[in-house]
Amino acid sequence: MIRRTWEPFRELEALRRQIEHAFDEYTGWDTPLLRASFLPGRSSRTYPMLNVSEDKDHVYVEALAPGLDPESIEVSVHQGQLRIAGEKPAITTDVKAEAFHRTERGAGRFLRTMSLPAEVDADKVKAQYKNGLLLLTLPKAEQAKPKQIAVDVA
Amino acid sequence: MKEATVPATTPERNVSETREASRTLAPAVDIFEHEDDLVVVADLPGVEKESVDVRVEDNVLTLKATAKTTLPGEPSYREYTLLNYFRQFELSDKVDRDKIKAQMKHGVLTISLPKREAEKPKRIAVEVA
Repeated sequence: MIRRTWEPFRELEALRRQIEHAFDEYTGWDTPLLRASFLPGRSSRTYPMLNVSEDKDHVYVEALAPGLDPESIEVSVHQGQLRIAGEKPAITTDVKAEAFHRTERGAGRFLRTMSLPAEVDADKVKAQYKNGLLLLTLPKAEQAKPKQIAVDVA
Repeated sequence: MKEATVPATTPERNVSETREASRTLAPAVDIFEHEDDLVVVADLPGVEKESVDVRVEDNVLTLKATAKTTLPGEPSYREYTLLNYFRQFELSDKVDRDKIKAQMKHGVLTISLPKREAEKPKRIAVEVA
C-alpha cells in the first residue's frame, strides 16, 4: 500500500502562486496597478511609502510625502537603518468638523525605519524635499562598493 | 459638493477624457467649506507646478497632473508607482466659476472656490421697533 501524505499547505501555496501568476500577466513590475489605484492618504500601514534604487556609488531613497512641514523632517542613519521622521500638518485648524465634505489626506506625525540594502557613509547623506517627494542620496561606504576583480587566465 | 468621478452630465465629451492612453491615479483630497468659499486640497506628490491642469467645464471641475519621479539609479525596492493624476468633481451652482484660484506647495494643490455672492449666508439685521 502506498501511503501518500496530504500536505494542505503545500497545495494552498501552489494555488496562491498560480493566482498570483495569473495577475502578473496583466500587471508588470512597472505598473503595479492592482496594488493601488489610489495613493492612500491615511490607509497605508507604513507611511511614507518608499522607493529604493541603487547605482555603483549610491543608494537612493525617495519618500512619497506631500505636504510636510520641511522644518520637521528628520533623517538619520544608524547601523544600516534609515530613520525618517516628520510631521504633516493639518491643512487648517479653524474649520469645524461639520464643514468637511471629504477627508482623505490624513495628517500628523510619522516615523519610519528601513534597512538599507548596502552600507552607507552616514556623514555624507544628502536630503532634498521637492514637490512633495523627499529624495535621499546616500553614498555607499567604500567596502560596500562593487569591486571589479581581475581574472588571471592561465 | 457632490463628487462624481464617473462623468456626470456630458458622457460624450467626458468619455474621451477618461480614455486617455496612460493609466491614472485619483489623488487623495480634503474638501471643506468656509463661509465664503469651498476649498479642495489635493495631494499631488511628484508634480511640477507647470504640469497641473485645473479646469471647469459645465459643472465639472477636472484636475489633471503629470508626475515624475526623481529617483536615479536602478530600482531595487518599490512601494509605489507615480502615475498621472486625474479626478473630477461635480460642482454645485453655489460656486462662482470666475474666481477660482489654485496654488501649489510641496506637492499639495489647494483650490479655493469662492461662493457666489447670493450664496453667502447673510445676516439680516433685526430692528427693534
